Amino acid sequence: MKNNGKVGIVGHGSYIPRNRITIEEIAKVWGADPKSMEKGLMLREKSVPGPDEDVITMSVEAARNAIKRCGINPKDIGAIYIGSESHPYAVKPSGTVVAEAINATPEIHCADFEFACKAGSEGMYVCLEQVRSGSIKYGLAIGADTSQGCPSDALEYSASAGAAAFILGGEKVVAEVLETYAYMTDTPDFWRREHQFYPSHAGRFTGEPAFFKHVNACAKGLLKKSGTKPEDYAFAVFHQPNGKFPQRAGLSLGFTKEQMDTGWLAPTLGNTYSGASPMGLTAILDIAKPGDLIFMVSYGSGAGSDGFVFKITDHIVETQKKTVQTRAMLDGNKKYLSYGEYAKYRGKIKR
Amino acid sequence: MSTPARYWREIPQRYRYEGNKCKETGEIFFPPRLVNPSTKSSNFEKVNLETEGKIITYTVIHVAPAHFRDLVPYAVAIVELNDGVRITSMIADCDPDDLKAGTKVRIEFRKIYEVGDAGIICYGYKCVPT
Repeated sequence: MKNNGKVGIVGHGSYIPRNRITIEEIAKVWGADPKSMEKGLMLREKSVPGPDEDVITMSVEAARNAIKRCGINPKDIGAIYIGSESHPYAVKPSGTVVAEAINATPEIHCADFEFACKAGSEGMYVCLEQVRSGSIKYGLAIGADTSQGCPSDALEYSASAGAAAFILGGEKVVAEVLETYAYMTDTPDFWRREHQFYPSHAGRFTGEPAFFKHVNACAKGLLKKSGTKPEDYAFAVFHQPNGKFPQRAGLSLGFTKEQMDTGWLAPTLGNTYSGASPMGLTAILDIAKPGDLIFMVSYGSGAGSDGFVFKITDHIVETQKKTVQTRAMLDGNKKYLSYGEYAKYRGKIKR
Repeated sequence: MSTPARYWREIPQRYRYEGNKCKETGEIFFPPRLVNPSTKSSNFEKVNLETEGKIITYTVIHVAPAHFRDLVPYAVAIVELNDGVRITSMIADCDPDDLKAGTKVRIEFRKIYEVGDAGIICYGYKCVPT
């Protein structure tokens, strides 16, 4: 039966590995100027997955945090979609393991999504419409990555690890989805061919014709479709491949630094790819107040953007402190790695 | 080394920490038993273990089996969960020198090992200091 009431996020959760490496540590190995790299990318450090962490383990922890927040029965989850470009298996879905670990099997639809950095928001988009149509009660959408950058490449300074999970439904909604908008073209700015360990990119072509074109077009389309203006929003979050791009895009659209600050995690998290804007959204949901409007635009190379307008409801208050918050995971209990340890953990050393 | 079939059989314990509780004595068994050895009863109910507890004792591994070679030195501990159940678990995300009996830990879902470059990836539980 079609759901005609409020539809949106009923629970959110995230996971960030404890390991970090600084931009300075990477730069000194490759003879780059650390201050120049930090300033140019607006990054100071990034998260690194441990040798026993991957997209599946991080997704399980993020999903469990989302379930703790909303307290639903996992058996009521009718769909699980994990978006990532670093699924551990080439053939065998990550979602099967995650669904089994959270006790959501066997009556559940499962698919792994891939669209560079916007695979997580794709899952949100699809779950939302399935809930709206009434075909499922709850859907679990996860954006997670343990992204890799080729040694010495610009991507190595940003590619990091993290996961964000959202349960979408129509009961006790904490963030109602008021509007969505998607914008996509064929733009070859970043890719990874079969059997290649590291992705490739088109250098500066990843900027104006790719990230900025799609993020700006999606944001403008979403503002027009929703009949809103930047000043209507309490928070805004954009895809964050580094610290600089989302700030530049947001400011050019008319948003302020204050609106973007809470969801701007990249300076100390790096680029969690499919988890990037979704993790920013979890940090916002951790502190947002009833009535707040949130503007979100993801970006995935290839290339496209998904946009969402959320309105926070009264139910948010009872969920926010039920489990660990994103900012606490980002700022606390960190372990800094040497480049050698980082290279070993990320499988960059051949035996 | 795990075969896919054996790994699959152990999923409820390794992923969801499912044990069973004797309905007559209240004892919890992990992994689950078919018969309570003290009462010979087979009257059980399924329970999920608590996910927080403390280290009772531990050892530090310096010479590891092939699967765990890259993790040395690492700690393996007997952990008493808050429901009284004791499990054996690797302790992740720590310097083994920082551990002691009584250290509070919680269970996290982790990759345990990969069966070669082309085999299955085995997941399960490890404990991390809280």
